[in-house]
Amino acid sequence: MPVEYSGIAKEHTAVRTAAGLFDVSHMGEFEVRGPEALDLIQVTSTNDASKLVDGQAQYSAMAYPHGGVVDDLLVYRHNAEHFMVVVNAANIDKDFEWMNSHNQLDASIDNVSDDVTLLALQGPKAIDILQPWTDVPLAGLAYYHFSRGKVLNVDAIVSRTGYTGEDGFELYFSAGKSEPVWNGILEAGGPLGLLPAGLGARNTLRLEAKMLLFGNDMDGTTTLLEAGLGWIVKFDKGQFIGRDALLKQKQEGVRRRLVGFEMLGRDIARDRYPVFIHGREAGHVTSGSPSITLKKNIGLAYLPAEHASIGASFHVSVRSKLSEARVVRTPFYKREEYA
Amino acid sequence: MTPDDLLFTKEHEWLRIVGETGTVGISDHAQKELGEVVYVELPKVGTKFDSNEPFGNVESVKAVSELFLPVSGEVIEINEELGTAPEKINQDPYGEGWMIRIRLLNQNETADLMSPEEYDEYTKQAE
Repeated sequence: MPVEYSGIAKEHTAVRTAAGLFDVSHMGEFEVRGPEALDLIQVTSTNDASKLVDGQAQYSAMAYPHGGVVDDLLVYRHNAEHFMVVVNAANIDKDFEWMNSHNQLDASIDNVSDDVTLLALQGPKAIDILQPWTDVPLAGLAYYHFSRGKVLNVDAIVSRTGYTGEDGFELYFSAGKSEPVWNGILEAGGPLGLLPAGLGARNTLRLEAKMLLFGNDMDGTTTLLEAGLGWIVKFDKGQFIGRDALLKQKQEGVRRRLVGFEMLGRDIARDRYPVFIHGREAGHVTSGSPSITLKKNIGLAYLPAEHASIGASFHVSVRSKLSEARVVRTPFYKREEYA
Repeated sequence: MTPDDLLFTKEHEWLRIVGETGTVGISDHAQKELGEVVYVELPKVGTKFDSNEPFGNVESVKAVSELFLPVSGEVIEINEELGTAPEKINQDPYGEGWMIRIRLLNQNETADLMSPEEYDEYTKQAE
């Protein structure tokens, strides 16, 4: 996927006001099957996949025994003995080995990443663009649910999920069909304002919605609790890798937290710019960018817990100049609920 | 079309010399590479710079890029319009998107700069 097609701001605005189509085939997909497929997912991930019903998806993560993040992921339940796990592109091999190394169960893991195309159709017009071309009744598909069906006569999984903060769909289908489906959706959506969108807009959109990016906002050195993802750590579901360390951290309290911030002036905080509190370096910006929707400069950073309340002031070093920032409520952008 | 009265640096700034005054901006190629410009950081009037010294920054949604002065000079004017309308750099890089005017401090420094034809060739090779 290119960084941009017609310009990041133009593509970003299209997704917020009409729709954008992303080719995110680089993401990884594993099929997990077998009588103990659920048990394998439960032990290797932090959310509670036993709560899923057939046709439901869930945001989750895998943790190391010390609590650091292996990867964040989506778990799809086809049925009690068949799940699909969607992981970050850069982590496909690592995750596959990780899951396999903890698989002493009656379950198989197939890495089907190369066989699967994933397109994300995102934006308020996504439903109107897609509905004429699929037999899946989209209005009846709740957020984080999916259905098998046809899209432009191609067998697909239609999932009401996304990484933009807008309503929309993610479409999984055979890699051999990617061109006709990509072109067909673009053609169908053109009159409604659909634009092809690239990695640049994907990043600015997800940041406004405070959806985290593995490798930037979390990794093996940070925990889900520090990252504000405690809601996907279900301590009461039974044993899972990382549980003891995370439980200890929860009981003791986190020492740093990932916060959203706004720059007070015009300086733009960017990834890895150092953060200062009372003149002392205290971390770095994990993601920073102009917000195209809000016309502000926003970002995420880990701050010491005692300095992470809404309204707290700190500084970002922008080319050796300390520029003031303030912790704000997140998400930075929240769409109006769809009916 | 690239105006024929400009000189270019390898870092994609342009310089237009009229008498002892030079006007500086970034090339059409550079603005396309950057994408939508959202902020330009320019120096104060009266600041002196050597040739090839950074005099400011231009920021697009995706990246920040340093600006280098093609020749040594003293800033005599900055384009205040860019404060509220940085998109002029995208829309009209050789006109309303100009960044600073300088008083030239050494008239003999332009030898290293490229003509429009040389610059076009240079950007083609870089692609």
